[in-house]
Amino acid sequence: MSSGASGSIYGALLRRQLTLALRRPVQLLNPALFFAIVIVLFPLGLGPAPDTLSMFAGGILWIVALLANMLGAETLFQGDYDDGSLDQLLIAEQPLYFLVMPYLLVQWLLSGVLLALLSPLFALMLGLPEQGIVVLMASLALGCGVMSVLGAIGAALTVGLRRGGILIALLVTPFYMPVLIFGAGAVNAAVDGLAFAPYLAILGAMFSLALALGPVAISAALRISADS
Amino acid sequence: MWTFFHKLGSPPWLYGIAGSILRWLLPIAVVALSVGVVWGLLYTSPDFRQGNSYRIIYIHVPASVVALAGYYVMAIAGAVSLIWKMKMADIAMLAAAPVGAALTFVALLTGSIWGKPTWGTWWVWDARITSMLILLFLYLGVMALYEAYDNKAAAARACAILALVGTVNIPIIYKSVDWWYSLHQPASIKFTGESTIDPSMLYPLLLCIVSFYLLFTCVLLANMRVEILRRERKTGWVRRLVGES
Repeated sequence: MSSGASGSIYGALLRRQLTLALRRPVQLLNPALFFAIVIVLFPLGLGPAPDTLSMFAGGILWIVALLANMLGAETLFQGDYDDGSLDQLLIAEQPLYFLVMPYLLVQWLLSGVLLALLSPLFALMLGLPEQGIVVLMASLALGCGVMSVLGAIGAALTVGLRRGGILIALLVTPFYMPVLIFGAGAVNAAVDGLAFAPYLAILGAMFSLALALGPVAISAALRISADS
Repeated sequence: MWTFFHKLGSPPWLYGIAGSILRWLLPIAVVALSVGVVWGLLYTSPDFRQGNSYRIIYIHVPASVVALAGYYVMAIAGAVSLIWKMKMADIAMLAAAPVGAALTFVALLTGSIWGKPTWGTWWVWDARITSMLILLFLYLGVMALYEAYDNKAAAARACAILALVGTVNIPIIYKSVDWWYSLHQPASIKFTGESTIDPSMLYPLLLCIVSFYLLFTCVLLANMRVEILRRERKTGWVRRLVGES
């Protein structure tokens, strides 16, 4: 097969994933709605005092983003597994390693970049100091990339199971912890006026590592799920 | 060399050899553990700052060390099972998970009991405690994933992948938790370094660590034997074995 034709399969997958997502606009906004609803829980639980909320805002926003990302991961391969298009992917002559990249990219755009773009709104609601907002967006964009890859590993491992929901949370949360540490760390450093660039650099390094090694695990897991 | 490797894949052979290793190793482990624990608990001098409460170290430290090593045993067995499709390796992997999880739990529990008289609190978000807690979740994750699959052959391979992903992530998790802890600079008491331990306290500790390793091996082998019997319950050799005894 010529390189042009094999190039087009990635483009086609990308278009397909985007089209599928955009055809269900409400589902597309679900992570953002979830984000907004959980944000409401914190003032209700911790009390509405602006000082307390703004002190914890960076951590709260990051934890909620983490949960939203995790919930979004669950359905990543579900539709394709159910209708058999996953099997087509497995027998395609292109390496599965690259074929899962469009999935990861779309997942990152829709759950990560979208949340990052909406996050200033929620940051203002919790009273996150203004100097933290840009760093929050940047750290969420990078960190959600890492979490999308890790979540996809969990999704690939559990796609054949009927009750994957809570299991995927148990599987991937330990792996999300370093991302949370550096993501929330970046925001808190920016709020305190400290250097935040090292945190973002480490998040970027994690993203590169996840992107390089993650698809190996994802493709191996997808093959197992398709067999079972 | 290769015949040995092929024999490893044979359930009756592995069942037999594990049995004969156990026959020797289990008494040694029990004796070593008893000597180490009695030596540590009764015949060492009390610590000048912590008094007698430090003696829990003879359970706590060996459990933590072996709990961490157990994850690598599990992950290496998982890798062997994925690469060479060796069924006996995934039995070893699955046998290691509950033992490792139990040891991690023992380490956390004894640490918490030790923390009460020493630090005045049951739980501190110390870097090492947090890392051990995450390790427990990693073990439980592998066990939960195995339970969730109906097809146990696929379950073993999925667990092997999860264990390997965990292996790549453990150093990252440990480093970042370490780093997170040092950044927070909590007001609580710092964990004093273990390197300053007196030789009279160190020798029983080393004996305890060795005997925990032996005990881990014994329980691992016993677990593997049970799993081999369970999987091979329909075969002739197991029927003959059960019929004989």
